Amino acid sequence: MQTSPQIQANPLIFNEKERGAPLIEIRDLHKAFGNHHVLNGFNMDLFERENLVIVGKSGSGKSVLLKCIVRLEEYDSGSLKVLGSNISELGQDELDRIRSDVGFLFQGSALYDSMTVRENLQFPLRRHADRMRGEDEEKLILSALESVGLAHTLELMPEELSGGMKRRVALARTLILRPKIILYDEPTSGLDPITSKEIIELILKVQHQYDTASLIITHDMDCARVISNRMIILVDGINYGEGTYQELAGSSEPKIRAFFK
Amino acid sequence: MPTSLNFITNGKAFFDETGRISLFAARFFREVVKPPLEWRELLKQCYVVGYQSLLLVGVTGFIIGLVFDIQTRPTMIDFGAEGYMPAMVSIAIVREIGPIITALICAGKIGSSIGAELGSMKVTEQIDAMEVSGTNPFKFLVVTRILAVTLMLPLLVIMADTVGLFGAFLVENLKGDVTFSLYFNKVFNNIVFGDLIPSTLKSFFFGFAIGLIGCYKGYNAEKGTAGVGAAANVAVVIASLLLFVLDLIAVLVTDIFYDL
Ligand SMILES: Nc1ncnc2c1ncn2[C@@H]1O[C@H](COP(=O)(O)OP(=O)(O)OP(=O)(O)O)[C@@H](O)[C@H]1O
Ligand SMILES: [Mg+2]
Repeated sequence: MQTSPQIQANPLIFNEKERGAPLIEIRDLHKAFGNHHVLNGFNMDLFERENLVIVGKSGSGKSVLLKCIVRLEEYDSGSLKVLGSNISELGQDELDRIRSDVGFLFQGSALYDSMTVRENLQFPLRRHADRMRGEDEEKLILSALESVGLAHTLELMPEELSGGMKRRVALARTLILRPKIILYDEPTSGLDPITSKEIIELILKVQHQYDTASLIITHDMDCARVISNRMIILVDGINYGEGTYQELAGSSEPKIRAFFK
Repeated sequence: MPTSLNFITNGKAFFDETGRISLFAARFFREVVKPPLEWRELLKQCYVVGYQSLLLVGVTGFIIGLVFDIQTRPTMIDFGAEGYMPAMVSIAIVREIGPIITALICAGKIGSSIGAELGSMKVTEQIDAMEVSGTNPFKFLVVTRILAVTLMLPLLVIMADTVGLFGAFLVENLKGDVTFSLYFNKVFNNIVFGDLIPSTLKSFFFGFAIGLIGCYKGYNAEKGTAGVGAAANVAVVIASLLLFVLDLIAVLVTDIFYDL
């Protein structure tokens, strides 16, 4: 995939001293459904302003991992800190506050299909009035939609949008609360290569514009190459390989090599 | 398996399911008293539940009143009790036929549509999306719908009663030359608050049951499109069953008061 130079990922320097405390810190995370062990001691740190890509085979537990981070699933053991708080110990109000700092882009976009695009964006905004920073609701909605290039869809219903447009509106809905972290669950799955590329460019643009940290799950290696500062390979429920795209691509480990064919 | 029907034949599954529904109901009562209420959505749901069921409930009520009168008339004439027709029809409609028929129709129409709507929101992760944006989907989706059905069902029942009585009047008028004022005089001489209050009260419970089961099944729908269909279908079956159980309880309780 060819990508124009101005949309390359942030040139992040992996200097231990400069990167500060992690926004998300996962240690020895275990999660099983019955006796099907999905995560078996997974470790991960997500630092400010970085794009961390996790790749793994279908069914390896990538979506489960993301859901544990926002507590849509409860994990069995280990520790999981988001923005300094231990996520499993929070009460509902604190949890909601943390959640509004963490954007989540679902695999299937998950737009509210009984609401117009405008109402989709209004929904989180109205329920987090403190997030409006004294600004006009209409202006915030328009600027979020403009940053994904869809200002003209304001009054459309989700069913009138294409798959790629839905993905972008979902991103705008996530952005409107100005989250510190965005979790992307396969942002390019089910899209054609051109639309995929547009979404990737958008993710990078948004990251520059809003200074968020992103955790991106994908099995699209082109996407991983363009977008990542750092990658984790999820195999057998653990962080099997870790490093930049180039480092991992040069690995001789067969289970890692399998991703770069 | 929250959307299956095996709880009807399996004792343990029955108690598990009853327990989960009770917890769901308890959560409703916890959340309904916690401000703020989602007023806009509540009004929208009242409109959807009330207005959009109006025609269906009206037509059914009218036909039931008509049919009921046609069928009972000959027997009453045999007994020489033709003059008691308005009294009998009105008590039957107001106490029993109006509430239960309206509730059953609404279980079919509203219960299934709530089950399907919330089920498809669950399956397409819209409920999860609300949850992770730090908003409360239970409050927005469940509390408003249960409240709307609970509030609207009694109104629909009153309308069904009225239309049903009118249907019966038509038969009386055509076959027995009873005038409008005579008919409704007899009707209102026979219906007392003792009839209206229990039947309105039980309509609230019917509405609550329909909303509760529809929301419970939809909110806990299983993944996949089959999950949505199952949620809608099972919601109607359980709600209808529950309506008869509630009706029995209501009649037993009211009976105690009639005896006093
Ligand atoms: N609610 C659940 N109950 C039981 N098993 C589950 C549940 N959710 C996920 N699993 C199992 O956990 C495993 C990981 O699922 P997950 O959805 O995380 O995969 P994934 O890596 O996101 O795959 P894909 O790339 O296809 O989206 C799968 O084997 C799945 O069957
Ligand atoms: Mg997944």
